[in-house]
Amino acid sequence: MSPELKGYLLLAALKIIVVFTAYNLGVMLVIWAERRISGFIQDRLGPNRVGPEGLLQSVADGLKNILKEETIPGEADRVLFFLAPVLSFIPALILYAVIPFGAPLPIEFDGVLPWWTIVGPLLGHITIHGPVPMVIADIPIGLLFILAISSLGVYGIVLAGWSSGSKYSLLGGVRSSAQMISYEIALGMAVISVFLLAGNVTLSEVIAVQQESVWFVLALTLGFILFVIAAFAETNRLPFDLPEAEAELITGYHTEYSSMKFSMFFIAEYSNVITMSALMATLFFGGWDIPFTTWDEGEPSVAKWAATVVMFALKTGFFVFTYIWVRWTLPRFRFDQLMQLGWKVMLPVALGYIVLIATVVWLLDRAGVERGVGYGLILFAVNLALVAVFLWGLDRGRLLIGASRQRARVVS
Amino acid sequence: MAIGVKVVKRPEREVSYLRATLQGMALTFSHLFRRKVTMEYPEEKSTPEWTISPRWRGTHRMLTDEQGRAKCVACGLCPQICPANCIKLVPGEDEEGHRYPLIYEIDEFRCIFCGYCQEVCPEEAIHVGVHYENSEFERGRFVYDLERLCAQTHPVSTLWDPSDPKGE
Repeated sequence: MSPELKGYLLLAALKIIVVFTAYNLGVMLVIWAERRISGFIQDRLGPNRVGPEGLLQSVADGLKNILKEETIPGEADRVLFFLAPVLSFIPALILYAVIPFGAPLPIEFDGVLPWWTIVGPLLGHITIHGPVPMVIADIPIGLLFILAISSLGVYGIVLAGWSSGSKYSLLGGVRSSAQMISYEIALGMAVISVFLLAGNVTLSEVIAVQQESVWFVLALTLGFILFVIAAFAETNRLPFDLPEAEAELITGYHTEYSSMKFSMFFIAEYSNVITMSALMATLFFGGWDIPFTTWDEGEPSVAKWAATVVMFALKTGFFVFTYIWVRWTLPRFRFDQLMQLGWKVMLPVALGYIVLIATVVWLLDRAGVERGVGYGLILFAVNLALVAVFLWGLDRGRLLIGASRQRARVVS
Repeated sequence: MAIGVKVVKRPEREVSYLRATLQGMALTFSHLFRRKVTMEYPEEKSTPEWTISPRWRGTHRMLTDEQGRAKCVACGLCPQICPANCIKLVPGEDEEGHRYPLIYEIDEFRCIFCGYCQEVCPEEAIHVGVHYENSEFERGRFVYDLERLCAQTHPVSTLWDPSDPKGE
């Protein structure tokens, strides 16, 4: 192996280990944040005993769950029953591999690593040259990869519902599949509008385009709103948590799960939240870009790397907070309302939006407008009008009508 | 099947999901910063909003006289009135003819904390107490003997006075 290849492999392994660790720590923190924030919203304090401010609560819970007895229902399909928690956790983790989380880090190294690194003498001579991109795999099909993998998450839930051999779990699984399929389309459509502007599906390119012009939340505001709604449905969070539905399905697909297998579903839910938040930040809020400055786009340096990583964490954290905030505010939809919103509102709006944005982009390109800040601002103006119409329609359309109203219409 | 459902025509501002959502979000956000009502129990046992009532009837306490002897004269009224039959009293008498309890035991597990023993006591010796932390490692420790009852130091319960129902 050439020294360059060895250096590349070493860096890749390091990035995987660091990101995996940071990601799981993040999941732990998000679970803690969810419980603390829900406490604050309900005028309580939330868990604050284990560790400073209760930060180690998730560790204690994890330990408890490992020590708990595992029950497997007699009716359960054992193989699928074991596989389901894994299947729901892995896609969220894999998705994270393509999301860039910072500006490139300049590393120049040529030689043998010192003995205390353990792997150093084994690898021998290695060469690391130039700025290292802060993403595990900057694959050229980034966004398509995300669309493909994020739909795999539903298998974990459906299999869990199916293999438990319990009617409540099965209902949860069935609801989940219907919901995921309906909102997957809207999610994909919202992402397509990003393709139109970025002209590329690599996520690092999407960020680069946003740095040159404006963040896509301005240029594609309505797309962002659609993406957020669909992302909430995709992660099964309130107000779309019908697969879980404590009240009617006794937590749905994971009713029969106990101990660490249950914990895996719990972890999977929060890792999905983190991944979706990171995606929102990347696709619409410029990723690791620091706003109102071009300092972070110049020659890579360690300071820029650190600042951008913090910036990315802040943006992701903001969306995670929104997830939690919405969860403790809104009640759950009824299933027919959910389907109505998905098929009768989200899908047509998303389709129409793509057509409109494509038309505007085509017209602007025809008119010879330079792709840049001005281009973005024109799109922003168009979007403002669209958002106004969309919200006005949602407000007046009574799209979420009660069951009694529907029946009344049939009668009269 | 014609079920007559009356549909009330309401203005948009009352039926809009969107506006209700935004209002709700604002409300929950404002609650993030409100004062919390949690009382952190083992550290905080009373707050300005909540203190234990002086009429709380908890585990018993036997009052003692100046010489440190129990005030009880073993009249037998408390075992007589006790609805749970949890008081065991064996009376004794010294050379001067003073009655005193040889054995006085209260089974706190049987006790229903009605407070009749305190009410009926002519010597104001036995009292229910303002006390609620009673954990023990063995069940047997919940039968309080005379020595233990005399050694309790918590405040005693104020009985409800019909002439002063609010405790003023």
